[in-house]
Amino acid sequence: MRCLYIFNRNGMCLHYHVWLRSLMTLSPQQDQKLMFGMLFSLNSFTAKIDPVSSGKENNPPCSFYSFRTNTYKLHFMETASGIKIILLTDPRIGDLREALMHIYSNIYVEYVVKNPLYSPGQPFRCELFNMALDHYVKTLQ
Amino acid sequence: MDPPLFFSRAMASIYNLFIINKSGGLIYYKDYGSTAKLDTNDSLRLASLWHSMHAISKQLSPTPGCTGIELLQATAFDLHCFQSLTETKFFVVAESGAIGIEALLKTIYELYTDYVLKNPFYEVEMPIRCELFDLHLARLILRDKSVLV
Repeated sequence: MRCLYIFNRNGMCLHYHVWLRSLMTLSPQQDQKLMFGMLFSLNSFTAKIDPVSSGKENNPPCSFYSFRTNTYKLHFMETASGIKIILLTDPRIGDLREALMHIYSNIYVEYVVKNPLYSPGQPFRCELFNMALDHYVKTLQ
Repeated sequence: MDPPLFFSRAMASIYNLFIINKSGGLIYYKDYGSTAKLDTNDSLRLASLWHSMHAISKQLSPTPGCTGIELLQATAFDLHCFQSLTETKFFVVAESGAIGIEALLKTIYELYTDYVLKNPFYEVEMPIRCELFDLHLARLILRDKSVLV
């Protein structure tokens, strides 16, 4: 498990959590912007290159959920409200779609959205969220 | 006569194949059965887009030594990419969960080196118009497809 990003619909990085990262090519802000931009483009690329789309769009457009390189694997999930959760892990890890769903519904929604002091659309720093996230991530390894 | 050194048996068929050169230009595109056939402009655009995505993914790596995206998994398909040492990229859109695609890509790379690069009339980085390459590629892909039928 290397790092986690959470973006909202407008591209603002709501949270960035790092466990193990030996290389950061760009500054954190640039890195986050690049990450968001790349995911946005990858989503439109995936929708366009989809070989099985019926062309009528009565079913939701195909979206990617993961990509792998030789040094890392990126797992992606977007919710209906536009919240994007990205996890960068070791390339040997398998499919983490359920884990991302769990992180969204049981950790993010529980500790951040339901927090009365949190105003949506702003970056957040919440100890309970961090603790729950760390704890959950340990169970995955 | 098939001289592939790698014995590749892809267990599922591929939808299409793209080959892009070092600068991201599309030099070869072949469609093998997607429902939405891409026209020339679209295929060019998507190839350049993939080239940029591939490059950006290297920048976002949390550990050094990243060489780019090798596999992209989506709900309806998987995209496998092979990059040679000269930064020519071969990528195929295949069914989700297809196996043997990496070996298939390596075999395609061998066909490329044999029938394209060794062709004295071929200019490097230009679109591929080599009959022997088309022929052997078609034979390779259709042979794998006929295994399933």
